[in-house]
Amino acid sequence: MKPFGAGAVFAAAAILLSANSAALAHGWAGQRFFPATILTDDPFVADEISLPQVTVTPPGPDGAQSTAVEIDLSKRITPNTGFVIGDQWQRLQPSGLPAVTGLGALHTEAQYQLFINGPHEALGLLGLNVIWAHTGRVQALGAPDFTTLAPTFNFGKGLGDLPRSLPYLRPIAITGNLGFGFPTKTESAGVLNPTTFNYGFAFEYSFSYLECCVKDIGLRAPFNQLIPLVEVAFTTPINRIPANQTIGTIQPGIIWAGQYFQIGAEAIIPANRFTGQGYGGVFQLHFYLDDLFPRSIGRPISEWW
Amino acid sequence: MRRFIVALIAGGAVTSAALAAQAHAFLDHARPAVGSSVPASRPIVTLWFTQDLEPAFSDLTVTNEAGQRVDLGNAHIPQGSPAELQIALKPLPPGTYLVSWHVVSVDTHPTEGTFTFDVGSG
Repeated sequence: MKPFGAGAVFAAAAILLSANSAALAHGWAGQRFFPATILTDDPFVADEISLPQVTVTPPGPDGAQSTAVEIDLSKRITPNTGFVIGDQWQRLQPSGLPAVTGLGALHTEAQYQLFINGPHEALGLLGLNVIWAHTGRVQALGAPDFTTLAPTFNFGKGLGDLPRSLPYLRPIAITGNLGFGFPTKTESAGVLNPTTFNYGFAFEYSFSYLECCVKDIGLRAPFNQLIPLVEVAFTTPINRIPANQTIGTIQPGIIWAGQYFQIGAEAIIPANRFTGQGYGGVFQLHFYLDDLFPRSIGRPISEWW
Repeated sequence: MRRFIVALIAGGAVTSAALAAQAHAFLDHARPAVGSSVPASRPIVTLWFTQDLEPAFSDLTVTNEAGQRVDLGNAHIPQGSPAELQIALKPLPPGTYLVSWHVVSVDTHPTEGTFTFDVGSG
C-alpha cells in the first residue's frame, strides 16, 4: 500500500480504533455473517431493530388463534454488552368467542458476548431474558401475572473450517439457545407455572458464503443474499407438570440479508398436539442500525461521547 | 390491523431507502472467480466489493499450497474504482492458490475472507 503521513496516521488510528468495535456489530465471526434469526435468539450483541415482526400462530389445542405485531430493539451498551427490549400487540381469536386485543408481556434481555472466534466462525453469548409480570392484558389475552427469569447460552458455529474437499457443506451454519425459565409464581388462577428447559436451533445455508468463500456459481443480487433455514424451538417443563407436555414449533423459511436490512419469512408448524394444529406463518422486516447509522445510534452507547 | 401492518412495513422501507448510509463491504465477485479453475497463470487478482473501501486498512495476499507469497505485495485500490482491490501476481505454476483479504469500508466496518482458485486445471 502507499505510504502515508502523520495526519493520515492519526486519522487511520481513529478509524482502526472504531473498526475494532464495529467488528463486533451484528453477526460476524471471521468471514461468516450470521443473520438475525426469527424464532431463536441471536448469539451476538447488535444494534438492530425488528420493525415489524408479524406472526399468525397455528390454532392452539383449544382452537384459539392469535395474530401478533411485534417490535424488538437490540442495542449494544459497550462492544461486548447489550440489551434487547420488545413487546407485541396481539389479537386473540378464541374458538366461538369474540376476538380480544391488547399488549402482550414486555420482554427484555441483558447480554454479554462471551467469545467470538473468527477462524472457527464461532460465537457465544450469555443472556438473561426477563418476561415481566402485569405488562400485558392478563385476563383477556393470557399475558402472565408473574415474572419469568430465563438465563440462556446462545451460540453460533459456521462450518467454514471443514476441509476444502467438502465445499458444499462449508456454507452451513448452526445457531442455538440453551436455557431455563424460572417463574416467580408457582401458580396463576389455579394453573401451575413450571420451571422449564428451553432449547432451540437454527440450521442455515448461506448462499452469500457459498459465493464469497467457496465457489462462485454465478448467483448475483438478490439471489446471492438468500439464506434458507429451518428453525426449531422447544420448551420442556421440568417440574410441577409432566415433562411429556413439551411444546415446540418447526419453522422452515428463508431470509434475504441486504446491506441495511433483512427480510425473513417462515412457516410455523406445531411440533406436537400440545402445541397446536394446522399451520401458521411469520414475517419479519429487520434493520441493521449499525449500518444505517454507523456514526451515531448504530454505535455502542459507551462510544456516543 | 392489516393497514397498520402495511403502514409499519412501508414506513420502515421508506426510512431505509431515504438514508444515505454505508455498510459492511461484502465480496461481490472476484477474478479469477471464487473456487474457479483457470488454464494458465493470471497477472493480477481483482476483488469487487459492495461498498467503497478505506485504502489504509484494506489488503489482500495470495499464497501457494506451501504458504509462500506469490503476489508482488502491491495491493491497491485502482484510481476511480473505490470498491475494487487488486494485487499483481508472479507467474504461477499449476497448483491451488489461497486469496486472503481484509477490508474496512469507508464507514469503518471491517470484513475479511479467503477463497481458493486453481491454475492449470481449467
